[in-house]
This record gives sequence, C-alpha cells and structure tokens, in this order.
Amino acid sequence: MKLQRSSRLALYSVLELASRPDEQLSASDIAAKFDVSLNHLAKVLRDLGRARLVEAVRGAGGGYRFCGNARRTTLKDVVEIFEPITLHDVGGFEPGDKTEFGTSLAVVLGEIDDIALATLDSITLETMLKLTYRLHKQPKG
Amino acid sequence: MTKIDIFHEETGLTIRNAMADDLARIIDLDESSSGISKPDYWQESFRRFGSLQDGRYFLVAEKDSKNEKKSQIVGFIIGEIRAWEFGSQPGGWVFSLTVDPGTRLAGVATVMFNTICQCFRQAGIDKIHTMIDRDNITVMAFFRSQGMMAASTIPLQLSLSDMDNAGDSS
Repeated sequence: MKLQRSSRLALYSVLELASRPDEQLSASDIAAKFDVSLNHLAKVLRDLGRARLVEAVRGAGGGYRFCGNARRTTLKDVVEIFEPITLHDVGGFEPGDKTEFGTSLAVVLGEIDDIALATLDSITLETMLKLTYRLHKQPKG
Repeated sequence: MTKIDIFHEETGLTIRNAMADDLARIIDLDESSSGISKPDYWQESFRRFGSLQDGRYFLVAEKDSKNEKKSQIVGFIIGEIRAWEFGSQPGGWVFSLTVDPGTRLAGVATVMFNTICQCFRQAGIDKIHTMIDRDNITVMAFFRSQGMMAASTIPLQLSLSDMDNAGDSS
C-alpha cells in the first residue's frame, strides 16, 4: 500500500507535533526535517487545521502545535482528510470490471482494502509514537 | 499450578484467578459487552481454564478487593499456552478480554494484559497471539496500543453453505 504524498506529510506533521506537546514548531522546521517544500507543507497544515488536529500559535516563539487527542485520533482519521482509503472501487469501472473475472478480482481487492482499513483504523497517533519509540529506543528531544 | 493474586497499587486493582463465585458477574460482564447471554459457554470456559492448570489462565480484575461489601469484578482475561498449532512455536494466546463498560479508560485491560504477559513470560513464552474480528476496532486498538502487530499467519474461513450452493461439495 502506498499513501499519497500529502497523507504521508500530514502523518509526519501530526506525529512530530504530537510527540512534542509542550512545543510549537515552525513550518520551516517541519519542512526541513521531512525534506519537503514549505508550500506543500503549508497546504497540508491548513487542512490539518481545518480538521482541528493542529493549530497555529501566533507571536514570538509561535508556530504549530498538535491540538487533537492522540489517544483517539487514528491513522485513518488523518489519511481520510487527504485521500479515500478504499481505492479499488474509486473512479468508476475499468474495462473488464463487470466480467466474471473482474467481479472475482474485486472480491480479492476488497479483502485487501478491508484489512488495510482495519489496520489504519486501529492504530492511534499515541500507538504510533510508542511504536516509533520502541523501534528507535530513544526518547524524543 | 498457576496461582495469581497481585495487587496493583496504581489502579487499586487486584488481579487474581477467577473463582466459581465470580461466574455470575463474568456472565453479566460478557453480556453487557457482547449483547448475548451465554452461561453454558462461560461455565465450560471456567471448567477448562479456571482450574489453575499450568499454561491456562482465567484471571479477573477486582476493584476494592479488601472491602467485601464494595469489591467488584470489573474485567477478566483468558489465555493459554498453545504449542505447534500450524507448525508455530509454543506461544501465549489471549482469546478473551472484557472490561466493565463503566470502568473503561481506567487501565483495567492494560493491567490484566500485563499480568497475563508476565505469566507467559515466566512460563518461557516469547510470542503472544490473539485474534479479533476486523470490525472490532476498540479491542484491536487496545492490543495495538500494547505493541501487538499483525502476525505472519492469516486466518482463513469457508462458508460451507456457499460451497454447497456452488455445487462443489463433492
């Protein structure tokens, strides 16, 4: 499974901000860490702001901070802001989809989608932070 | 014999082996969570897993265990050590976990899960397994939060009626 660039960037941003709940990070700090353009990141942060997952703090020392609930927000919640997760039936019918093999293939692809959806829906941001800590075994600075 | 009776100071919970007197409450807890009353199933589960036999764990979480009038079972967990199923190394299986809906988000499931993991660890087990319906996001999220990841096995099922309808039953 491959996520769109905006979804990945959104996940990186909320995870980075949620891992530092007492800090505000500037968009340029986040852009530099994940090696993305500031323009693209600004659009992503705006969408995350509309979804009430991040908020901008103005003034000296301002920046962005996570304002959602890391124990309740799942990967699916974030990804769905940027792309539909069930991909196999999006975009109408492709040639062959209505044949007997096409419908059988749709059943198999649906199985894969259902597993992917359950996985994204059962992993919260807090669980992701724990996983990251476990994999890298060092506290966030 | 696997006798468990551990007081967890942070939550005030006692994790101990289930006893016959707990069964009525266990049946109620399961019914409040699943919506289905199945007393026969729980009596049979208690007979099989509540006997303190090595490798089998039927544990309850009890609140206010020191106060006989106020004490209450607020959750239970069941697991056992299984070996060589489908060729896999001996592992711990957790196949039932229920918490009183009114006591959720208080760490009950985490304390029970940690206790049963400790039982498995002491028995020399490394891998812990469970199986959950993929629509049961609440419980799956709990196990994920404890660090569980997808296993290398994929459960498969077959509807015999579908097979019969397709004329493949011969």
